Amino acid sequence: MTSASSNALLAGRRGFTAQLSDLFWRRPGLLLALMLAPPLLWLGVVYIGSLIALLAQSFFSIDEFSGLVLYEFTFSTYRQLLLAANFDIILRTVTMATLVTLTSAVIAFPIAYYAARYAHGKWKALFYLGVMLPLWSSYLVKIYAWKLILAKEGILTWGFEKLHLTWLLEAILALPVIGGNSLSVSYLGTFIVFVYIWLPYMILPTQAALERVPGNLVEAAGDLGATPQQTFRTVILPLALPGIIAGSIFTFSLTLGDYIIPQIVGSSRLFIGQAVYTQQGTAGNVPLAAAFSVVPILIMAVYLWVAKKKGAFDAL
Amino acid sequence: MTPAVEFLHTSRHFGAVRAVDDVNLAVEPGEFFAMLGPSGSGKTTCLRLIAGFEQPTGGEIKIFGDPAGGVPPYRRNVNTVFQDYALFPHMSILDNVAYGLMVKGVDRATRYREAEKALELVKLPGYGTRKPGQLSGGQRQRVALARALVNKPRVLLLDEPLGALDLKLREQMQEELKTLQRSLGITFIFVTHDQGEALSMADRVAVFNNGKIVQAGTPEDIYKRPETRFVADFVGSSNVVAPETMQRFGGEARWASIRPEAIRVVAEGGLSATTLVSNFLGSTTRLSVEAEGMKLHVMLPAGQPVPEPGETVRLAWNAADVHYMDGAL
Repeated sequence: MTSASSNALLAGRRGFTAQLSDLFWRRPGLLLALMLAPPLLWLGVVYIGSLIALLAQSFFSIDEFSGLVLYEFTFSTYRQLLLAANFDIILRTVTMATLVTLTSAVIAFPIAYYAARYAHGKWKALFYLGVMLPLWSSYLVKIYAWKLILAKEGILTWGFEKLHLTWLLEAILALPVIGGNSLSVSYLGTFIVFVYIWLPYMILPTQAALERVPGNLVEAAGDLGATPQQTFRTVILPLALPGIIAGSIFTFSLTLGDYIIPQIVGSSRLFIGQAVYTQQGTAGNVPLAAAFSVVPILIMAVYLWVAKKKGAFDAL
Repeated sequence: MTPAVEFLHTSRHFGAVRAVDDVNLAVEPGEFFAMLGPSGSGKTTCLRLIAGFEQPTGGEIKIFGDPAGGVPPYRRNVNTVFQDYALFPHMSILDNVAYGLMVKGVDRATRYREAEKALELVKLPGYGTRKPGQLSGGQRQRVALARALVNKPRVLLLDEPLGALDLKLREQMQEELKTLQRSLGITFIFVTHDQGEALSMADRVAVFNNGKIVQAGTPEDIYKRPETRFVADFVGSSNVVAPETMQRFGGEARWASIRPEAIRVVAEGGLSATTLVSNFLGSTTRLSVEAEGMKLHVMLPAGQPVPEPGETVRLAWNAADVHYMDGAL
């Protein structure tokens, strides 16, 4: 070896980019830090920071006379949540979110099961298209479309009429609480639209979880004497549960926070999202709006804690 | 005696693919039966037909004399040890083993006692509280065995159960399985592509190729008296010699098989051959040589001088070690 340049091992590119890639190769942590810094800053400062600022507001109160925010630590805003009018809103929203989640899970499971176990090739592509397509169009367009479908002069009323089932629709609308003048101004209408809008968020995680259940576990259960029903209860459902829980986090929290659907389709009674919207907008009561927005966060935290305690994530 | 499992002209076709094609077979009760063949030869499909995961497209299967057509897997007194064990990941080892009893409605105390006994049988006592993910491959395989045995099946099906284990563990499990089968008296049907495993463990072996059984018999039969060139080649990689070459070797003008270990390297006389390559295998050295335009394998016992590639050697064998076959593949 006479000079370094004749050494084949060290021969290669020279220049800035080459040195940069050498540097990253020697210090992999540096590249990772460079890649993670922007999203972490975004999450940490912009997102979590503003969330904390919002939560801090909930511990302030509003001066009844001047309408100005008093920057003193107090639980009085939270006490306001327990007033009958406000507590009703929470109860109504939580009930709706629970029913929407349960219904979505029941409707989503067979679809997800079919897609995970039986659909192949173009049928699988068709499944993804069918589930995702509604997500591509505007959320508002879909809700207004539903308002028209559910309206008194809408296609649903017409369909019931043509099938000579008007009496059935009227009987449903005559039901206390969930009924109303027409479906588009009833809780039932709100519920239908919620389920429609959030269903894909339940189908996709459930399908992903079912996809990960190896087919031979189902065979093994049958081989050991389990009837299809027992196999479902003891093997398929427990293994799909993390996916269903993931889906329910979406459907539950999205319903808890939504303020547009109940505004457009439903009775005029408020949901949490609408309460937050009116309190921080028209009413200018930011502390109460903040306190309202803490409710879904607390409910989700308790829900996940209970799910974990019950072993819902054991199969992960 | 009624056979434990009987195939009567059984076929399983997937469209144009004849996975199992007109198979006739009778496995005796208490027998250790091996299904041997290359991948895609139909042996695993046969096992799945017995378990009930597949239904025959032609012919019939009888289990202890009862026609099994249309009987779902969960109504068959047959249990399977799956190739990749198929343990339930969300259950403890004890719950895995007790699963078969649980779905039959056996009370908790009894089924856990039975499961613990089964775990002792496979030498894993006290492992009940762990999860499958915490066990090694060999331990999982034992759990899969215990999970099947706890149901006291009349026939145990094993689908390449030792395939994923390393050599030492595999040899140990071969012995244990054999001992277990003798002491329990259960019919074992064992699927493998490893001819050594089939020969060493089974009472009888069926060799599969292209969805058909090409030969069934005792390991000694299969090894020493292969009926076809495929069996001679697949079981123990015998030297399959064409009729004209055999004639030049000084034998009869028929297809023949000569075992590599039956060929000796001698100082003089015999057949002249050129060494191509040698592979050191530990207890023996496998020599590839060329004689009369044909490649032959020769097993040299340890301690013998190993010829260099290109070196001329002289080969000899006893006429009794040449096994003649009919021409069929």
